[in-house]
Amino acid sequence: MYDPTVARLTYRALLGRRRALILGALPLLLIVIAVAVRALSGADDQTAADVLGGFAIATMVPIIGVIAGTGAIGPEIDDGSVVYLLAKPLKRPTIIFTKLIVAIAVTMVFSAVPTLIAGLILNGNGQQIAVAYTVAALVASIAYSALFLLLGTVSRHAVVFGLVYALVWEALFGSLVPGARTLSVQQWALAVAHKVAGGDLVTSDVGLTTAVVLLVVVTVLATWYAGQKLRSLKLAGEE
Amino acid sequence: MTTLSIDHVSRWFGNVVAVNDITMTIGPGVTGLLGPNGAGKSTLINMMGGFLAPSTGTVTLDGQPVWRNEGIYRHIGIVPEREAMYDFLTGREFVVANAELHGLGDKAAQRALATVEMEYAQDRRIATYSKGMRQRVKMASALVHDPSLLLLDEPFNGMDPRQRMQLMDLLRRMGDEGRTVLFSSHILEEVEQLARHIEVVVAGRHAASGDYRKIRRLMTDRPHRYLVRSSDDRALAAALIADPSTAGIEVDHAEGALRVQAVDFGRFTALLPKVARDHGIRLLTVSPSDESLESVFSYLVAA
Repeated sequence: MYDPTVARLTYRALLGRRRALILGALPLLLIVIAVAVRALSGADDQTAADVLGGFAIATMVPIIGVIAGTGAIGPEIDDGSVVYLLAKPLKRPTIIFTKLIVAIAVTMVFSAVPTLIAGLILNGNGQQIAVAYTVAALVASIAYSALFLLLGTVSRHAVVFGLVYALVWEALFGSLVPGARTLSVQQWALAVAHKVAGGDLVTSDVGLTTAVVLLVVVTVLATWYAGQKLRSLKLAGEE
Repeated sequence: MTTLSIDHVSRWFGNVVAVNDITMTIGPGVTGLLGPNGAGKSTLINMMGGFLAPSTGTVTLDGQPVWRNEGIYRHIGIVPEREAMYDFLTGREFVVANAELHGLGDKAAQRALATVEMEYAQDRRIATYSKGMRQRVKMASALVHDPSLLLLDEPFNGMDPRQRMQLMDLLRRMGDEGRTVLFSSHILEEVEQLARHIEVVVAGRHAASGDYRKIRRLMTDRPHRYLVRSSDDRALAAALIADPSTAGIEVDHAEGALRVQAVDFGRFTALLPKVARDHGIRLLTVSPSDESLESVFSYLVAA
């Protein structure tokens, strides 16, 4: 199911100079904000929850998910170099699964780790806030990676669609339309985080069971479907 | 013995028919797939390589379907036309990765790099390679598992004459070893130099198939059209039509010239100046009016 060569190629493509810079920018911004907030207003649980929930989980994690998830396969399909993977006696689901693992790992490293660091800076993990949001980031990394990997497999405009989903659906509709919140990876991840933190600082509109079921279903379905799409991927000729 | 069979294959994209009911069998040795740009060669090669499903018909390799059959790639090596190829890797890293994906190791990669004589630049990043070097590394990646069928899409595009010679030698060697090698090209001379057997595709149709000599003859024996201007067009027309090498003449008043259709190319080219001299007519213009590759090919379709 997991092919180390496909993984190596994907890591090197994802962590190439330009993409690594983009991946690193938001986490850096988060930590800078955390340092500034802590310096200006001292340690405060509510502020910590606001920064981590409002910026880290609502904005940074989905955007990093888009970059890593679509970037794990989209550019290869776009420029046609995926032909070197496809012209091999390699099961298509193996290619997708391997790329998913890589996308998850990259998203986790660039989103969960800075979330934890920022949380520790903001209030030193008071009321488990840093750990809870880190768990949310880890959980969301998995679902976002699967979702955006599928998007990268089926669409040439995956980054645009991914950003629209991440910013418009998750951030905007999610806060305005109650129904949209049920269908939001962010809310599912927060439900898990709520379980970790307890209390009222980390909240979600979705119950834990629903959240976990939806997380698993979305991740599995997206991965399976991406494998199917890759099986019948048509490489357009030059003509 | 590896035989690729294309059986009544068509492929359309929306309303556009790219490949129209083509049937051909590609056996061991070097086969050239010849056709003008946009003829459907790449579409056909993509279907042969299992990257595109035929709309109707089947493509099989020794009886096995090629589409949606990953196992088939143990026997197929592919050199795509597109340039993109993990430019951030070195040539060696790229070929080693290709070997690994076949379950092979460094040794196979090194052998393939030696075959294409790219060892000297194997530790440079692909991004720094010339077109010819890229082509050779692509070739190495296709040869790494010692495939019995090799598909190459326009492999000579952008190569300089020396690189072209080297690649031709290599492909000839592959064919002599009993591999089935198919390459596409829109240049007749290129195909003629390398392939014994030629398949011609024009506007999505299978126009001709066979030995290159036969194809060459078809191309030179077709009716040739000339535009001729002279000091006395009518007298010249009368003298030319008397000879069987001329099939028809039209006096084009608007152009002030003769449109001559010749059936015997060799005889007509010798006849025209002789007739003119014998009748004291001065030839002012003699120009072939349909020498474009497309018109040569479309004649083949009709033949």
